[in-house]
Amino acid sequence: MPIGVRIRDLRKVYVSSPPSAAQASGSSLIGTPGPRGTSKAEVVALGGISLDIEAGEIFGLLGPNGAGKSTTVGILTTRVRPTAGRAWIGDHDVWEDQVAVRRLIGVVPQRPNLDFALTAREILTFHGAYFGLSSAAREARATALLEEFRIADRADQMVRGFSGGMMQRLSIARALMHDPTVLFLDEPSAGLDPQTRLLLWDIVRDYNRQGKTIVITTHNMEEADALCHRVAILDHGRVIALGTPAALKASIPGGYLLRLRFAKHTPDLLARLQALPGVREVRPQDTTGAHIYADRGGSLIPEVASLAVAGGAELLDVHISEPSLENLFLHHTGRSLRD
Amino acid sequence: MNWRTFAALLARDAHVVRRNAVQLFLQTFLQPLMFVFIFGRVMVRSGYMPPAYKALLLPGIMAISMIFTGIWAVAMPLIAEFQWTREIEDRLLAPIGNAWLAVEKVLAGTIQALVAGLVVIPLAWLLLRPVDISIHAPLPFATMTLLVAALSACGGLALGCSVDQQHIGLMFSMVLTPMIFFGCTYYPWSALNAFPVLQKIVLVNPLVYASEGLRGTLAPQFPHLPVTAAAAVLLGVDLLVLAAGLHRFRNKAVS
Repeated sequence: MPIGVRIRDLRKVYVSSPPSAAQASGSSLIGTPGPRGTSKAEVVALGGISLDIEAGEIFGLLGPNGAGKSTTVGILTTRVRPTAGRAWIGDHDVWEDQVAVRRLIGVVPQRPNLDFALTAREILTFHGAYFGLSSAAREARATALLEEFRIADRADQMVRGFSGGMMQRLSIARALMHDPTVLFLDEPSAGLDPQTRLLLWDIVRDYNRQGKTIVITTHNMEEADALCHRVAILDHGRVIALGTPAALKASIPGGYLLRLRFAKHTPDLLARLQALPGVREVRPQDTTGAHIYADRGGSLIPEVASLAVAGGAELLDVHISEPSLENLFLHHTGRSLRD
Repeated sequence: MNWRTFAALLARDAHVVRRNAVQLFLQTFLQPLMFVFIFGRVMVRSGYMPPAYKALLLPGIMAISMIFTGIWAVAMPLIAEFQWTREIEDRLLAPIGNAWLAVEKVLAGTIQALVAGLVVIPLAWLLLRPVDISIHAPLPFATMTLLVAALSACGGLALGCSVDQQHIGLMFSMVLTPMIFFGCTYYPWSALNAFPVLQKIVLVNPLVYASEGLRGTLAPQFPHLPVTAAAAVLLGVDLLVLAAGLHRFRNKAVS
């Protein structure tokens, strides 16, 4: 049975530097006087977030580096101690009931942490053994996963010499060994080639179809858009937007961007374009181009074309950008996701 | 407590030890055996050392091998895995309390140290024979060996969770080397009678009780600290170092 994740008022303040996966470059630094008057830098990684991740959904945590994504995953996977607030995997409190939580979750870390003392197959079989799988069950499952993740030909080699993509695939296979009910993937496609990324997305979707809950962190809006049923956008340790990718994108006024090129445009034509229903803003670009920010995309084109014909300005080129999470992040924070 | 997971963690460490058996064997035994050869055989046969020195030396060599093996087996992987490779994270996500992983490391280290200690006896005997040692009291000997092995593994846990990767060299030169030289390994504690202040100071070194205790059970013909007292101190130190190591491990395991 699929289970969900609840997060209530979760706060995390690092007194020393946060772990590398959660380097909070954008987080607030607060100098607090220590007991002897020395100042110790505190880093607020999470400023009190609350979320409900539904059972059986693919949920995305989207945000720039230092937004608090990895810290959230760290707390949910029992690897980071929350400063305040609580979180549950199903009915199990992640801090009070760690062993029960670990049985339910699988974790793909941001940085591969494979056991270099073992071969690829042994990494899977020992992981299965930690979770109490019988010898026959873990051998069978390891063989199946090695096949599925295209590592079978190097199954009995030590993993030290594996490429980044292979290590990542093996990390995912390992996380799936004990058939977790909730799967966490922290920046899973960072450093993957496009082909492996598509393979990863297929695997995530397949696993989700088996009724598993999936929590994925990313700063890649394309990935969030393609994969996630719902997305929470994090910035500076706070949730700044939450919803389905479509709903979030629809919430931006004038989410569509139409880039037009005419033989030559006139002030009169630009004024008429501005008057079309759904158009929010028209920005001329030199003497031939114009950017139109609008609530709709393709349906505007016939009207734009007739206006151009009527105004004697030939329409040469049209490019429509759909609303994107990138635009949304820009809208909420004034900064690009890549900043 | 989840015994299946604990057993699987132990099986993983055993598997890795088996895979690196030759390397571990050389690392553990080469130095003590060369020491035994030079001091126990060359120096004795050439007349610079009395033949009795062989029996005095052997318990100390056994203590050194055990301490070195246990610390190396537990501390080195912990230092690397916590600070660099993060390999330990997979095991920290196993369905078992974090402290049990530390206990497993200590158990694995203790077993390795026991093997090291017990292999030194026949190897050294082969090199040194005839040598006047005997296990005349098996129970005190077993107790003492176990306490020394546990000391090395607990010490490995505490050091492994305290030492930075760039300070490994310092750990050997500042902690282990003084421990060995001031640990009554190559001489009995009574040899320090002529250095009364030093004789008191070295008592903070747990290796003194390890060497003297083993000497008391293997070669009681030499002066040595009372075996019961040595065992009692070692038990106390083992528990203290284990508690400190577990505390450090718990803090390291979560951020």
